[in-house]
Amino acid sequence: MFILATDVGSTTTKARFFGKVGDEWHFLASGEAPTTVEKPVEDVTKGVRNAVKEVEELTGHKIIDNSSEELKFIMPYRGGKEGIDVYVSTSSAGGGLQMLVAGVVKNITAESAQRAALGAGAIIMDVLAVDDGRESYEKINIVRFLRPDMVLIAGGTDGGDKIHVKEIAEIIAMAKPRPRFGASFKLPIVYAGNKDARDDIKNIFTQDYFDLRIVDNLRPQIEIERVEPARNAILELFMEHVMAHAPGYEKLLRLTSTEIMPTPAAEGLMIRVFAEARNVNVLGVGLGGATTNIYSYFNGRFLRTVSANIGMSYSIGNVLKEAGLDNIKRWIPLDLSDDVITSIIYNKMIRPTTIPMTLTDLMVEHAVAREAIRMGFNHHKYLARELKGIKKERTISDIFEEVRGEETYIDMKRIDYIIGTGGLLSRAPRRAQSMMILIDAFQPIGFTYIMQDSVFMIPHLGVLTKLYKDIALRIFEKECLIPLGTVIAARGSGNLGDVIGDVTLEHSNGKKEFFTLHVGEIRRVEIQQSEEVTVTVTPTKSFDFGVGFGKKVSKKVRGGVVGIIFDGRGRPITLPQGNERVNLLWSWFKNMNMYPEDFIKGGAE
Amino acid sequence: MSEESFAYTPGLITSSATLVTKIRALPIKGEILVKQGDNVDFDTIIGRCHLEGTPYIVKVSEILGIDPEEIFKYMTVKVGDKVSRGDIIAKYSAFLGLMKRSVIAPVNGVIESINELTGHAVIREPFKLIEVTAYIRGVVKRIIPGEAVVIETPAAYIQGIIGFGGERHGAISVAVSRPDEILDEKKLNESHAEKIVVGGSFVTYEALIKAQKLGVRGIIVGGVNIADLEKFLGYRIGVAITGRENIGFTLILTEGFGRLPMSERAFNILKQNEGKEAAVNGTTQVRAGVVRPEVVIPLKRGVHAGEEEIELLSEGRVKIGSIVRIIRYPYFGAIGTVVGLPVELHTIETESPVRILKIRLQNGSVVSIPRANIEIISE
Repeated sequence: MFILATDVGSTTTKARFFGKVGDEWHFLASGEAPTTVEKPVEDVTKGVRNAVKEVEELTGHKIIDNSSEELKFIMPYRGGKEGIDVYVSTSSAGGGLQMLVAGVVKNITAESAQRAALGAGAIIMDVLAVDDGRESYEKINIVRFLRPDMVLIAGGTDGGDKIHVKEIAEIIAMAKPRPRFGASFKLPIVYAGNKDARDDIKNIFTQDYFDLRIVDNLRPQIEIERVEPARNAILELFMEHVMAHAPGYEKLLRLTSTEIMPTPAAEGLMIRVFAEARNVNVLGVGLGGATTNIYSYFNGRFLRTVSANIGMSYSIGNVLKEAGLDNIKRWIPLDLSDDVITSIIYNKMIRPTTIPMTLTDLMVEHAVAREAIRMGFNHHKYLARELKGIKKERTISDIFEEVRGEETYIDMKRIDYIIGTGGLLSRAPRRAQSMMILIDAFQPIGFTYIMQDSVFMIPHLGVLTKLYKDIALRIFEKECLIPLGTVIAARGSGNLGDVIGDVTLEHSNGKKEFFTLHVGEIRRVEIQQSEEVTVTVTPTKSFDFGVGFGKKVSKKVRGGVVGIIFDGRGRPITLPQGNERVNLLWSWFKNMNMYPEDFIKGGAE
Repeated sequence: MSEESFAYTPGLITSSATLVTKIRALPIKGEILVKQGDNVDFDTIIGRCHLEGTPYIVKVSEILGIDPEEIFKYMTVKVGDKVSRGDIIAKYSAFLGLMKRSVIAPVNGVIESINELTGHAVIREPFKLIEVTAYIRGVVKRIIPGEAVVIETPAAYIQGIIGFGGERHGAISVAVSRPDEILDEKKLNESHAEKIVVGGSFVTYEALIKAQKLGVRGIIVGGVNIADLEKFLGYRIGVAITGRENIGFTLILTEGFGRLPMSERAFNILKQNEGKEAAVNGTTQVRAGVVRPEVVIPLKRGVHAGEEEIELLSEGRVKIGSIVRIIRYPYFGAIGTVVGLPVELHTIETESPVRILKIRLQNGSVVSIPRANIEIISE
């Protein structure tokens, strides 16, 4: 049995080929080609054909049916090296699904609406709310300027206030935003507000201009949030409208064995399926060139958020803008002027396909990556909050600010896995680099296992779960994820050199190691993924390894390609100033074996 | 497999004579004012349309303190009426006139709707006339009725890497003698008013300020210090989606941020065309479907570029002997000749295994550069 999966990205179409060899499923080959959504080709199937051709060349397996001009695959499998059984695809071509979200109260319905749209894989262009502090005419101008692919409107509990949700609907109807695709396109509107206002909503959104879908209220009662119906309607409309207007999609749709999913929705689905199957709490990040997606599955709750202008190529300048130069500089121990760091970042922004050639450039990009994930995660925590009717006022500019622990339901002490994906992470020359970026950005507490994808294929497997969950899960665990190792860290703070706790490491053969972990220290123990060791930590009263301050904890943990990391930097990580910071960073990089020895030696001197 | 391999790179376009085609579209359907075969100039208005005015919601029932369904009782105007800013549009009076409240029109416009469900009235501001110019000098090749025209001209064409400010035109004036020279404020004077000024490797902050004061229409230069530029703009750039900056002129960077000599080829084309009128547009979108800033210098057909001389613009193909520019540190801006295109992966300083090309720099040394980090200057 053979499975072909493609992801039609905004710049590159990526084909992944899977097959069953003996009793085991394997990832067999990949092929990539530029996406052909623009002139002169304007047909996505051409890019798909080119990417699949590369797979054919690499494997000698015949996939494309050359008997017709139009792209066709040899399906079903004909035996030997001919044909495939299943073809699935995801897409983010044309910049993905760009949505406008509107609600009545910013912290209640608008927030729930955001969660629904983000869960469907959308990029949120703006959030309108009756109480967002902007005048109606300003809102109208925003709607006109943004030209969204779709609008989600929510507001009012069932049987409650109707006036405000109608008011926000009226603003959108009056603005008549011009859609991105052609004049014949009717703007899709999903209404998930007070059910008593449905008739009025129908009158507001006339059929000549809008395609209105009415679904169950996503906040039927103030204490209940039900995002699934809205999320499903968004996905349906995405297929019918947005995708259908991208050139060549109709042809592609005829080829796929199941519906095409937006790339981030598929990526999120795979992480969710994994977390559910293993009954674990997971954090995931898709650190892309333009956007940063964060996924969480915590105590049965799944959430996906996307920070639209936080990324490592197109959006790298915006990471600098939002995080500030000082936050980026703090991760760089090199003596670089502000001008040099800014120029490296901005020149990457205007030439996004270039790659770092020097370790200095690489280190600057790694510093930006930490900040991109940190901000993306703060945005995520902002939406990962308990439902409340009345909340502390926050402005939209606050979303990248730290969210205090008690405000989010994500408890870092109880995160079992962190999974990283995206070009920068998967192409990092040393695995220790991506592991350290993930640790520094997420700052896990207690015992957390870190993994990253080997070759970009999480979305491919995500859409495959729709048909073959077990196969997708198997490939995900065995072939897609690279086990980096376990990080063990404590909440608390102290002076550099203070004792955090005593550590005992007991190998499966009974051999024991003892050491004391100090504040500011990172200790890496090389242990393979196949080996399980028992780690016992007895912290001082200022530190908590997940079970309480000063409380002893013992756990069985696995190693990985990087090993087991004892992170003595406390939480939150605070970096000292001046030379102390520089020396600490070099010592961490050295202990993690993150960069070539000569480079670290040169820098540390 | 051959010992060499080919590499395709998207490089920026720099051509001394090519055929430039521009689609000039109205934002919404309207009236096209030119016809096929017409000669148009930079400022020729090719079409116009009326953009519907902005609707303005007036919360009448809230202001008057009445129930929404009572709104019609108190409105003093009806749907379709023209109102001026300050006009009374609704009035409420109680207790024999002792308690009076009124609603005034906040804008000029027409009453579009009065809604008894929301208690709101909507005033639509007057239509706005939008006129679209030809932007370049050329011939109208095709008309899309009511929507757009296609204009064509033989032209010298240069793409920049990032620009600021929108469409403008003016005569080209080269203010430096070499592509590696700096454009400082001393090199700018009154004669540069309304001109497109060509600098070399770098424009100083003081020169940007002076250009604004002098009424320069455009600056084309290799690079700028990012801190200077952000000080000049008054904000951090963030994403490379530009073109709407209100800086008084259009700035086009051909190389990037820093002190970066303009490519010799681009500089020579600009020098050769000194005194000619050029259109510039700083609009940049570094996203999928990338848009780069441009300089279009229309040429007279048959004089400067016969049909046979016109180059076709296509994606570059790197070959042995291609002249390329390195676009990443530590060789940023260096120009060299491709002397090797090895097939196998090479490990570079960062320890990444990548496909490279070998380039002989102008000083004679040969360096290995990732293929992603070059731009073709000529094949």
